[in-house]
Amino acid sequence: MKNEWPLWEVFIRSKSGLSHKHVGSLHASDAEMAVENARDLYTRRNEGVSIWVVASKDITASDPDDSDPLFEPAKDKIYRHPTFYEVPNEVTHM
Amino acid sequence: MKNYLLQLADNALILGHRLGEWCGHAPEMELDIALTNIALDLTGQARSLYQRVGELEGASSDGVSKTEDDYAYLRDVWEFRNVLLVEQPNGDFAQTIVRQFIFDSYHFYMCRALTQSTDEWLSGFAEKSLKEITYHLRFSSEWMQRLGDGTEVSHAKMQTAIESLWTYSGELITPNEIEKELASQGIGVDLNKIKPEVTAKISEVLAASNLTAPEGIWMQKGGKDGRHSEHLGYILAEMQFLQRAYPGQAW
Repeated sequence: MKNEWPLWEVFIRSKSGLSHKHVGSLHASDAEMAVENARDLYTRRNEGVSIWVVASKDITASDPDDSDPLFEPAKDKIYRHPTFYEVPNEVTHM
Repeated sequence: MKNYLLQLADNALILGHRLGEWCGHAPEMELDIALTNIALDLTGQARSLYQRVGELEGASSDGVSKTEDDYAYLRDVWEFRNVLLVEQPNGDFAQTIVRQFIFDSYHFYMCRALTQSTDEWLSGFAEKSLKEITYHLRFSSEWMQRLGDGTEVSHAKMQTAIESLWTYSGELITPNEIEKELASQGIGVDLNKIKPEVTAKISEVLAASNLTAPEGIWMQKGGKDGRHSEHLGYILAEMQFLQRAYPGQAW
């Protein structure tokens, strides 16, 4: 079996002021190489101004089997959504 | 001036073509993209330079100016002015990285000095290219260290690569008549001036990579004046085939 480089998750900030967003993953032998590979793989079409990489193994994910207790309770609490306000036409970026 | 630009352009075009040969064959998908990205940077630089040469030559008697394609596809081996280093075969990944690193070390300091050119077009071109080349040098320097200072096998391959390519390193920083002339006019780069920086950079990275350059060996030259190794002919045969077989074909 091939000795593969570890997996990294890549986050790109598309422009100043926005937050980093997960865009995908890649293989690299260390963090520095991961940033370089991310630059070549995910910003070659001018997608970003900043890169974060995180070793995939360091990410703790929620268990899909827990999705009912975790997410179901929020579903019927529509009052938590700010949908009851009239947004004035002049306001953009909402 | 025209020949000086062609030297710069041919270096970029031929090395870009060599790197492009890795497309689909690199050891990792990520490297495949990295190498072809550098190839595209270099091809783009060559393209600007050829266009500039076409502008300087002006229209011929029938009113047609040469385009970048005329220079890339319709010149023969002896009209190419690239250094011998860039036409050397890809070999294994170690050979490619060593070739790239030696070229990038020259390219970076040359380009940085070229931003001070008295020729406005050239200094602008250098300004733009320097950003790309800065990344190339970073990429190849890091790979030098990873592989040179890596496993026993990677170290051995890198040391072999250094020994086989070192003989082509001298030509980069040894000016020919055209370069001397253009440097004296403040248009071109004085290679004697950047030589200490280039050799210092190479020594620094080699030391960090646990690699040693051969000492006191004969340095090959001739590419800048159109005297090439056998490899360039094969590159052109592949690169120019379509335009030669089907003149004017486009897609």
